Amino acid sequence: MAKTTAHGDNYINFEKGIWSWLTTVDHKRIGLMYFITVMFFFLVGGIMALLLRLELFAPNAAPNVGQILANGDVYNQVMTYHGAIMVFMVIVPGIPAILGNFFLPLQIGAKDVAFPRINLLSWYCFMAGAALAIATFFTTKIDTGWTFYTPYSIRTGTATAMMVLAAFIMGMSSILTGLNFIVTVHKLRAPGMTMHRMPLFIWSLYATAILQMLATPVLGITLLLLAVERFLGIGIFDPKLGGDPVLFQHFFWFYSHPAVYIMVIPAMGIISELITTFSKKVIFGYTAIAYSSLGIAAVSFFVWGHHMFVSGQSETTGIIFSFLTMLVGVPTAIKMFNWVATFYKGSVSFQSPMLYALGFMFLFAIGGVTGIMLATLPIDVHFHDTYFVVAHFHYVMVGGTLMALMGGYFYWFPKMFGKMYNETTARISFVFIFIGFNVTFFPQFVLGAMGMPRRYFDYIPAYENLNKISTVGSWLILIGFLFGLYTIVQGLLKGEKAPMNPWGSKTLEWQTASPPPHDNFSVEPVVTAGPYEYR
Amino acid sequence: MSTDNTAHGAHTAHVAHHFKTAEQQYSSGKEGIWLFMLTEILMFGAIFVGYALYHNEYPAMFAEGAKSLDWKMGFVNTLVLIFSSFTMAISISFIQKNQQKKAVLALATTVLCGAIFMVIKYFEYQHKFHLGLFPGKFLDVAKVGAEHANLGLYFGFYYVMTGLHGIHVLLGMGLITWCLIRTIRGDFHSQYWIVVEGVGLFWHIVDLIWIFLFPLLYLVG
Ligand code: HEM
Ligand SMILES: [Cu+2]
Repeated sequence: MAKTTAHGDNYINFEKGIWSWLTTVDHKRIGLMYFITVMFFFLVGGIMALLLRLELFAPNAAPNVGQILANGDVYNQVMTYHGAIMVFMVIVPGIPAILGNFFLPLQIGAKDVAFPRINLLSWYCFMAGAALAIATFFTTKIDTGWTFYTPYSIRTGTATAMMVLAAFIMGMSSILTGLNFIVTVHKLRAPGMTMHRMPLFIWSLYATAILQMLATPVLGITLLLLAVERFLGIGIFDPKLGGDPVLFQHFFWFYSHPAVYIMVIPAMGIISELITTFSKKVIFGYTAIAYSSLGIAAVSFFVWGHHMFVSGQSETTGIIFSFLTMLVGVPTAIKMFNWVATFYKGSVSFQSPMLYALGFMFLFAIGGVTGIMLATLPIDVHFHDTYFVVAHFHYVMVGGTLMALMGGYFYWFPKMFGKMYNETTARISFVFIFIGFNVTFFPQFVLGAMGMPRRYFDYIPAYENLNKISTVGSWLILIGFLFGLYTIVQGLLKGEKAPMNPWGSKTLEWQTASPPPHDNFSVEPVVTAGPYEYR
Repeated sequence: MSTDNTAHGAHTAHVAHHFKTAEQQYSSGKEGIWLFMLTEILMFGAIFVGYALYHNEYPAMFAEGAKSLDWKMGFVNTLVLIFSSFTMAISISFIQKNQQKKAVLALATTVLCGAIFMVIKYFEYQHKFHLGLFPGKFLDVAKVGAEHANLGLYFGFYYVMTGLHGIHVLLGMGLITWCLIRTIRGDFHSQYWIVVEGVGLFWHIVDLIWIFLFPLLYLVG
């Protein structure tokens, strides 16, 4: 390819100008473009979360801040956008599209992903879908919740069809990313990089990619059917025409349950990298961790019915799904135990990425255990659609995925930008997020157990104190993220020059310059040993 | 800068710089296309599941719906598509033998078949609209004189399944036309044909889906 501009010595200054970014096929640049856009959506979704919590600060009867959002309709809308943005635009693309895009080729010693142009296309799909989703905000805002349950979503006079099409397009993006990753892993590994020498982050991305490919098409057709249902009233989900609204739930969760693992398996991959690096020790049970990712992916397809325990499905079905759901705990526990075992006799250093890893383990453990509780049929009948569920999925998604994402950012920051960040502010950020998180969401378990339903904009005075605590917690999280943002910006502007391998890691991406050159490696790496040869 | 970059000139024109060999590029492309086809099959698979469920629930209603489809038209269309799959396949073997003229002819025939398919489809739809056989809530049961009150559900499936398939046919026609133009330009030859092969695979899958749709909608009932 003929390039007219002078080539710099790394991927950032390789070519100049905004146009060179918008047309780039370099996986590292595409990763950064995802980084910027996803973080923007995270900000939007985050502001909405703060609004929701502000509304719930006090019961509406109290003459004060408890009435931020004019009424229940507005609350429902803000909640829907918060949920939909966070799920489809932040957590699902988050790790694979940002850190995966950036580090998958680097970690396996490839020059790029298998289909660089499709990689760019998937960013544009993502942006187009996101733009459409945001555009609904300026028409009739949607209020269905991110799950778009029928028959309400058919009847509500809002922009459901548009939002659903947006999700469909973002689904395309997710499929393309997954496809790209699978082929890259199969075909572009450097000489000597066998499957069993791949870093665990790659294994997790690989398992995730399989999920993306198998689950997303089903969501696609489901959402398409929903859109057509809105326009033509085809009757598939409409009981009035002989259809079955619960079929929608079956289809929807057939994707969306595996989707929660699309969100969390890559996070587990990052945690594996962090734990072995900062323990200076080869990870315990490499193969078990690698294959447990595939195990989780496989099992996740057979558990969707746990979202429908109270939908009127038969008791036997409920019991079967209850049992199958608990099976997911097994591969998850395998990972947990292996991580803990890695600490044993390791020289553990508590750099901020490691703090995030520990935060992940703590919060994910709570999220996981409460997940098993919810998987228990009789308990779920009691807890279904209460704040217990809200607390559970925030522990998993925020406490799990987001913690890993933050840990991953700080871990790889020196490699991505060639600068060091300020360790102190990074740690402060962690402390605020971690404490704030627990203050926000732990009371919600109690609220749920007390019977406070989710998706309500008001509540009885008995729930007031715990809700107040929870709202204050959300401010602490805000402070934490502001510290995080400051750390990143400060590092970018003023950070010291980063060495090639500041943490003494063993994986391939650290064997090239920081930031990496356009072609990733100046000499093609040849791999002769496993990824974590510490001692 | 890098040793690999200086080797850039050694690359043959159609091998992208991140691949080492043409074979690596070929096998990657092929795997990518197959994976993508898998997602297409899964997507249609879900709607087939929906169809099967409701067919099971309302067999008599589905039988009534199927009666109003003209299996002859569907059958002609099946033949047209099977033939087009054949012309698509031979176009690739022509390219592999560097017989570009014949390949262009074969590709053009494929596009033509696609067009015939769509025209027949158009007449089918037209006829149904004429009779008032609309999907879902738009079907006026009293006016059509249907026995089953939820006949609209059947036509919901009919229009969604054939419509989605039709969109794929149109997409395929566009892609094949693109291959045709590039073949005329001389982009494809005995060393490089993966793009045509990929589009061909897409076309075969589209045909295959029709081969399932035809008996399900037109014959079973
Ligand atoms: C960080 C601070 C956050 C706060 C204070 C917060 C707060 C809330 C609140 C109050 C609700 C409404 C619950 C209900 O009534 O059912 C909610 C729903 C939700 N949140 Fe968050 N959230 C936060 C972060 C996140 C993140 C990062 C995600 C990313 C996955 C997320 C995903 C969701 C989802 C999926 C829903 C459900 C929306 C729906 O039911 O349609 N939240 N959140
Ligand atoms: Cu689930």
